[in-house]
Amino acid sequence: MNYVQPWVILAFSSIIFFIGFAGILLRRNILVILMCIELMLNAVNLTFVTFSKQLHHMGGQMSVFFIITVAAAESAIGLGLVVAMFRTLRSVDTDDIQLLRE
Amino acid sequence: MIISPVFFYLFAGLAIAFSLLVVIKRSAIASAFNLVLVFFAFAGIYAMMDAHLIAAIQIIVYAGAVMVLFLFVIMLLNADNAAFDMHPAGIGKKLVGIGFVLIMTSFFVWIFKNNSYLGSISNFSSANVDAAGGNTQVLSELMFSEYILPFELTSVLLLASIIGTVAIARRKKLVEVKNGAALKKESAE
Repeated sequence: MNYVQPWVILAFSSIIFFIGFAGILLRRNILVILMCIELMLNAVNLTFVTFSKQLHHMGGQMSVFFIITVAAAESAIGLGLVVAMFRTLRSVDTDDIQLLRE
Repeated sequence: MIISPVFFYLFAGLAIAFSLLVVIKRSAIASAFNLVLVFFAFAGIYAMMDAHLIAAIQIIVYAGAVMVLFLFVIMLLNADNAAFDMHPAGIGKKLVGIGFVLIMTSFFVWIFKNNSYLGSISNFSSANVDAAGGNTQVLSELMFSEYILPFELTSVLLLASIIGTVAIARRKKLVEVKNGAALKKESAE
């Protein structure tokens, strides 16, 4: 009894992915939206590791390494943009981004 | 896959519960701390699946660096309770969003359950990897031989992101400094 079907792990990662997706759809705080993007990236990383283990191939874990690097760069840039947005709008609410609506 | 089901379901349940809390919690700082717990649960699952280097990087980079950055910005902007948004006007749209998400989740679970396509199996089985010196050594050797080009391109990406962050953060600051200097002059006069 020490066996977990691979599709259970993949289903788990898709559940986490769509929880993050729901967060992006439902929340308006841009910091929480960035956190939900990190959640989605983590779910995809778990899929890569699962297939890496299933197919006995290291390419999946290599991809996870690069995805983590890109995610760190992305969150640094994203938080810089949030700070710039807060300077202009005095708010972190995505509904306040309407400077082009005039 | 030969991993302990007890610990897998424990970590998976914790990860699902905490990631739901990330979405539901009103305070951004509470969301961030729940996200740290999700990252730790994921690191546990990676470690169970013989991806030791990935588990360590997950804790160091995500739970360490990225979340400290998030908490730093939340506290810097004092945006803890800002913009929580369940006002009744948009409830219909939100229900549509939740329904879409549920449909897509069940669709993906159905796909993964019913299509067990297995590609060609390579020769990095866990016994072979352990004989070659363990997960970290094998991954490092691959990183500096087969995957050297993406590795070097990563350094270009990081350089670009450093320059981008400085460019975003700097221009406004110069204007503000100028205004501040002008204000100082005016008050002196």
